Amino acid sequence: MTPLLEAVDLAKHFPVRRGLFGRARGAVRAVDGVSFVVEKGRTLGVVGESGCGKTTTAKLVLGLEEPTGGSLRFEGADLTTLDTAGRRRYRRGIQAVFQDPFASLNPRMRVGQIIMEPLITHERIEGADLKKRLERLLDRVGLPAKAASLFPHEFSGGQRQRIAIARSLALSPSLVVLDEPVSALDVSIRAQILNLLRDLQAELGLAYLFIAHDLAAVAHMSHTIAVMYLGRIVEMGAAATVATTSRHPYTRALFAAALPSHPDEKREEIVLAGEVPSPLAPPSGCHFHPRCPSVIRNRCPGEEPKLRTIDGIRVACHLYE
Amino acid sequence: MAPLLELRNLSTHYVSQRGTRVVKAVDHVSLALDAGETLGVVGESGSGKTTLALSILRLLPTAADNAGGEMLFDGEDLLKKSPEEMRQIRGKRIAMILQDPMASLNPLFTIGDQVAEPLRVHEGMGRRSAWQRATALLKSVRITAPETRVREYPHQMSGGMRQRIVGAMGIACEPRLLIADEPTTSLDLTIQAQYLALLRDLQREHGLALIFITHNLGIVAKMCDRVAVMYAGRLVEFGPVRKIFDEPRHPYTRALLQSIPRFADSRQRLTAIGGQPPDLSALPLGCAFHPRCPDAIDRCRGEAPEETGAAMGHTVRCWVAGP
Repeated sequence: MTPLLEAVDLAKHFPVRRGLFGRARGAVRAVDGVSFVVEKGRTLGVVGESGCGKTTTAKLVLGLEEPTGGSLRFEGADLTTLDTAGRRRYRRGIQAVFQDPFASLNPRMRVGQIIMEPLITHERIEGADLKKRLERLLDRVGLPAKAASLFPHEFSGGQRQRIAIARSLALSPSLVVLDEPVSALDVSIRAQILNLLRDLQAELGLAYLFIAHDLAAVAHMSHTIAVMYLGRIVEMGAAATVATTSRHPYTRALFAAALPSHPDEKREEIVLAGEVPSPLAPPSGCHFHPRCPSVIRNRCPGEEPKLRTIDGIRVACHLYE
Repeated sequence: MAPLLELRNLSTHYVSQRGTRVVKAVDHVSLALDAGETLGVVGESGSGKTTLALSILRLLPTAADNAGGEMLFDGEDLLKKSPEEMRQIRGKRIAMILQDPMASLNPLFTIGDQVAEPLRVHEGMGRRSAWQRATALLKSVRITAPETRVREYPHQMSGGMRQRIVGAMGIACEPRLLIADEPTTSLDLTIQAQYLALLRDLQREHGLALIFITHNLGIVAKMCDRVAVMYAGRLVEFGPVRKIFDEPRHPYTRALLQSIPRFADSRQRLTAIGGQPPDLSALPLGCAFHPRCPDAIDRCRGEAPEETGAAMGHTVRCWVAGP
């Protein structure tokens, strides 16, 4: 069976210029050859720190950025070869929910207009049909029908995120990109939204690309987790395995840095030295080697590790060869 | 031994210009903190946790008014201090780290000038010796090459470095109490781990008492000895960290702890809290949590609960959980 979405060696390099007409002097390799699949009805969680390329990956998947290398296949069709009609279909099939529901909803539009806009543009339905669809969408995300005539500012953060979710569902997509969907919300509201997303997935068979920095939330939501560091995937596998028995030294440090859920919960203390290097000049070989506690001095700085499958998990690290 | 900081029925209210609308941002809060201890103040946005921190430092905006209570620091009531006396306490005996390090650093001055400033103001140090001390402070917050970094400007630093520099300014005069308001929300995970480890080391070295203002229960679990849970301006539960995590008494605390995803029980449905946090200017009658509370009884709808359990050091404001 073809996977819903497949990325092969996907890359996005941004040229760096000096001055107005300057020539490119190198490139920021925001996404540097990543491959992953998202299966129908499943969730792929992407974790990593700022600058690791997770948001650029989301933009590539949404078609908001053109890849500079590799390919993206949606339902078997290569994105770069699609004609206009094909691209339209692609855009309908993949929708997004963003981090900040205060920025992602137009304050001058009523909630009904916000949710109906994609329906009007893509499906040209109107009148009673449109109204029925709108009511069903509002009900699906747990909002009353009267919400349609109100403006976004009349809602709290959690309710606004419900509006954004209703809009993303309007065109019955098969994949929704969730970029930090709960990090701007109050703690007591987050569980509501995470539960709603899980219910919608079960009811509608949605696939999610879930991007977040809250590792416990990602582990909770995802079937598969991909860990990114400076534009590359360093580890990918079943969520429970990556979260509990990770292999890559970076993943281990990342999950060790996750906060405990109880004062007595003891974690391995791995405090990494230094910070994430600039993606403008990433370290040679394995990007992680300058911070890695188990670096192999004569190997890691010179040679880039390839992703290999070890016990069902894909790891890019010379330690496991 | 008397606690280092003790709040007794502290209230801070925001009053509208004509005095018609009152927002009780902090309402009858009582808690205590010993020297060298760490207190976590948890709550959602609008629960009054930041106003509580600003009340302790008496840095409230003009619309806010102290509406009663006592605030004992080292046995002295901070509310009775003159503005000049408070100025000598702030930065010297009580310091504060804010959430956004870029907003607490002046972009036009060098790092050295800014870290040296509290030393020159409070300790009367000369420029040269204050700069030397600033370099040492940068080193103690693990800034590499502090000799060159002192001459640089905030924009040349990464987010993690800026937050550590603000930390260095906070501990410059060796305060007894450091208040950190969401100090790591803008930091990446591994950088957050570095920063928390650093704060713990500094605390050990200097016998510093810490107050963490946060919405993150993970930080509380990792760092704190005592926890104060705030909801709608009131302290709903206060006690030792293990008591709060193992035997939470207030339904809000309990619900909050259950609503957080954990690694151990992945894919299990979360227990969500229904409804929304209330608007502080239009609080429900009685207990502010009753519209969202699964255990609410009739009494909760009409009467605000009193604080009980002070004798055991684990207080709670709840008609159902109270004795």
